[in-house]
Amino acid sequence: MRRTLHHLCLIGVFVSLFNGLQGAEKSRISPYEVDDFAVASGKIDDLVFGSLRKAGLTPARPCSDEVFVRRVFLDVLGMLPEAGEARAFLQDKRSDKRMVLIDSLLARDEYVDYWSMKWCDLLRVKSEFPINLWPNAVQAYERWIRDALGSNMPYDRMARELLTSSGSNFRVPQVNFFRAVQGRGPQPVSDAVALTFMGSRIEKWPEDRRRGIESLFSRLKYKPTAEWKEEVVCLDPAPTGPLETILPDGRKVKVSPGDDPRVAFANWLMEPGNRWFSRAAVNRTWAWVFGRGIVHEADDIRVDNPPCVAGLLEYLEKEFVENGYDQKKLLRLILSSRVYQLSPVPSCDDPRAEAMFASYPVRRLEAEVLQDALCQLTGTVEGYDSPIPEPFTRIPASARSVNLADASITSSFLEMFGRSQRDSGMLMERNNRVSSAQRLYLLNSSQIQSKIERSWRLKTLVRDHRGGVADLVSAIWMEVLSRSPLPEELRAVVAEGIPSKSGNKEMIDDLVWALINSKEFLYRH
Amino acid sequence: MSTQPGLNTAPEHPYGMNLSLGHIMNRRESMRLGLFGTAGLLCAGNVVGSATPVANAGTTPAIKAKAKSVIQIFLWGGMSHIDTWDPKPDAGYDYMGDFRKAIPTNVDGIQLGELFPNMAKQADKFSLIRSMTHRNNGHETAAYLMQTAHAPGERLAYPSVGAVFSHFKSPGYKGLIPPYVVLTQPQGRFSEEGFLGPRMKPFATGGDPNAARFEVEGVISRGITDARQLARRDLLKKMDTMGAAMAASPQIAASEEAKKQAYELILGQGRDVFDLSKEKPELRDRYGRHTFGQDCLAARRMVEAGVPYVVINYPGGWDTHSNHFSTMRRQCPQLDQGIAMLLQDLHDHGLLESTIVWCCGEFGRGPKVDWQPPWNGGRNHYGNVFTSLVAGGGFRGGHIVGSSDKRAEEVQDRPVYPVDLLGSIYALSGIDTKARLPHPMGTEAYVLPSAAEGAKSGGLLTEIM
Repeated sequence: MRRTLHHLCLIGVFVSLFNGLQGAEKSRISPYEVDDFAVASGKIDDLVFGSLRKAGLTPARPCSDEVFVRRVFLDVLGMLPEAGEARAFLQDKRSDKRMVLIDSLLARDEYVDYWSMKWCDLLRVKSEFPINLWPNAVQAYERWIRDALGSNMPYDRMARELLTSSGSNFRVPQVNFFRAVQGRGPQPVSDAVALTFMGSRIEKWPEDRRRGIESLFSRLKYKPTAEWKEEVVCLDPAPTGPLETILPDGRKVKVSPGDDPRVAFANWLMEPGNRWFSRAAVNRTWAWVFGRGIVHEADDIRVDNPPCVAGLLEYLEKEFVENGYDQKKLLRLILSSRVYQLSPVPSCDDPRAEAMFASYPVRRLEAEVLQDALCQLTGTVEGYDSPIPEPFTRIPASARSVNLADASITSSFLEMFGRSQRDSGMLMERNNRVSSAQRLYLLNSSQIQSKIERSWRLKTLVRDHRGGVADLVSAIWMEVLSRSPLPEELRAVVAEGIPSKSGNKEMIDDLVWALINSKEFLYRH
Repeated sequence: MSTQPGLNTAPEHPYGMNLSLGHIMNRRESMRLGLFGTAGLLCAGNVVGSATPVANAGTTPAIKAKAKSVIQIFLWGGMSHIDTWDPKPDAGYDYMGDFRKAIPTNVDGIQLGELFPNMAKQADKFSLIRSMTHRNNGHETAAYLMQTAHAPGERLAYPSVGAVFSHFKSPGYKGLIPPYVVLTQPQGRFSEEGFLGPRMKPFATGGDPNAARFEVEGVISRGITDARQLARRDLLKKMDTMGAAMAASPQIAASEEAKKQAYELILGQGRDVFDLSKEKPELRDRYGRHTFGQDCLAARRMVEAGVPYVVINYPGGWDTHSNHFSTMRRQCPQLDQGIAMLLQDLHDHGLLESTIVWCCGEFGRGPKVDWQPPWNGGRNHYGNVFTSLVAGGGFRGGHIVGSSDKRAEEVQDRPVYPVDLLGSIYALSGIDTKARLPHPMGTEAYVLPSAAEGAKSGGLLTEIM
């Protein structure tokens, strides 16, 4: 009854508004795309569009500004744009505003937070079983990763430091690359080396190559110190003879006694013309942006697993090396492509299309990002602490979930949504599939409900938009989905009877609840 | 109790016995077949034992898979065995403390501690393993051992028996409720899913089944009426613009499917399973109007709905270093009432034949009472020997397996190791204990450790299977 009354009172107010918006409605296919064709503007586009054409596939339309702003915030910072940030971008009339936004995001601290999380997955930053770094080493290791990304350390230097450093794992953080492996022998260590720096799974190598790389990591020594859980990782001084072995490409190598064979490996890895190193890096960065590699799985590069777009890896590798292994420049190159800026709505239903990047692949938000987005929207916080192992750790409530340095510090939410366990460094350890348990949590848990009900941000929003329903609804849409409501969405809300003045908070809560549970919110798109 | 070789329809079996016919060997027959090692026969009850080496468990075709579901009752902290299911009335006050009496049961020769009068009336439905042993006295490590059968400290974190069971059994399960449910809280300090990952994590209900409304996390939400639930679902449908625009995308479709399943729990038949008010009040009374009793009732309702694996983590601790006797006096009657009624009710519903119920803690407790301060009558952790209960799903009731010595301090005969207990549960469920488990890195990992890996075994519980 009440709903009907509201409906009647409000309908007049909206007639004019709807008429105004209908023009926009006609020019749009969906709010996610613009009515245009994707036109190549760089080499990435040439290669991807070219291979699509050859396969008889059509790329999606370009994405709308609304989609772009949300997407690039999520992909670069791991967070939603604030309503004000989204609005500013949408109102910006400059033709190069997308590039301006990309550059400004790459300069922000949250970029370091979010990409550190990815690197910590890869480098297995975890204090407890089965990695057992313990909290002190976790802090040192994560700090180093964060600093390396913050200063945009060239990737070759980063890799060399991780591969060849020696010293205490509390004081020389890089040596934790070796400490954070399940096992101390040359086999698990070279597994991790090949996976991390060659994107390759060693168990698929021929026997002699496997033996070769293992021998290059056979002279590592782990020495305990007087400090609890501290270890010194260094070259084992015991062997007195030279080490004669083969490199992963089969070439012979001889390491003199006293020399560190790890250096011989690093030299080979970063030799000009050795594609293993740069190919793994660019493929992984691509996978971090698109959710799948040009070679897929992104850490299973081998001859019999061909790239899905010919020439693309070679091009990215060349750019990466010529730019001095600059990771931000590589990311910028990818983000500025038209391929990255395609709509998520496919133009053809060919099952091959998505694997060839014919549209932006939609993916559920990662556990940490989703948790942070829910906190950001509602103005609530999640506390994390860990009573074991010592020293006790308490994370300040102001920290984002993506900032959690230690995979052993977690919550049932993060586990349910497939946060990486960081046991192996494999990309597939992060699980972004949806499950009914996740849906149950989002649809009907007391945690989500109380976040919405307690949200001071939502209360403020209602208070600040007493003028009219259209304003309030637009503001809610901008907060949750980074765009204005479509006319039909607005109509549906009005039909529901969302009241014009403060009034029924429960209905507003339910509207926010519905948007949070929409696929548009749950998926990066 | 007699052997009828003529009924044996599985001549290919090396031991020439077919337990699927409910065929039981007597002592003489067993001896003739040479099934026994040094362990003798245990006859506090009326049955005899044999031991199939666990290494052969995967190839024991004679064990018919009868169990479709499992209810695991876990007594976190470690319940004392001497006060409960392995009483030693002759051991004296220093051992028996306050509970010096043992009571008879409805099975000749089986006695229980005095705090278990209800279970005494159901002794024909369960069997007790009084020679359970692993010699591990740490909570986390012993709990890991009891629920994975793998040695703690191996390189891999193995999944629990519940995760393994639902991994193998859930493909055939089409129910609405998740296949692996914990009532009501997870154990903590134990990763149930192990390396199988979040997919095999149990669904923990939260809430209290003894409360006016059993608020199952995500299923039954406080303060949200059905009318509001329905209105919200409609609203969500209208607001899901992207879901409509991209309905063909596999990712979006998967999400829609997950949502559908979730709503079948929230608004459909799924939640009815958790609605204990659908039971007669008298029945609820008989289970006991306490959390554990109603946990047991909820477990029965889930099994009835086909849920493969249900864990009841006892709502209270058994780590009775001090205040031992008062804690036992408070908790045992509830445990007694809940288990007794669960077995009776499963039987009445015709579910006991297909449902394994097993109950134990991670270890027992020191049979000699710590009278000295600061314990003042407490009992310490004790993994050398303790008691486990098994019932249903192909386990025969009314028997005692193994025994402890006269003071319940060591295994007297027929040691039963975690491998044997879990191996028997798997065998009755048709799970090959040599089957490989999917490890995310492709590492070789199997359901149970083999003898070659140093796992100690006293043999499957074939004497009661």
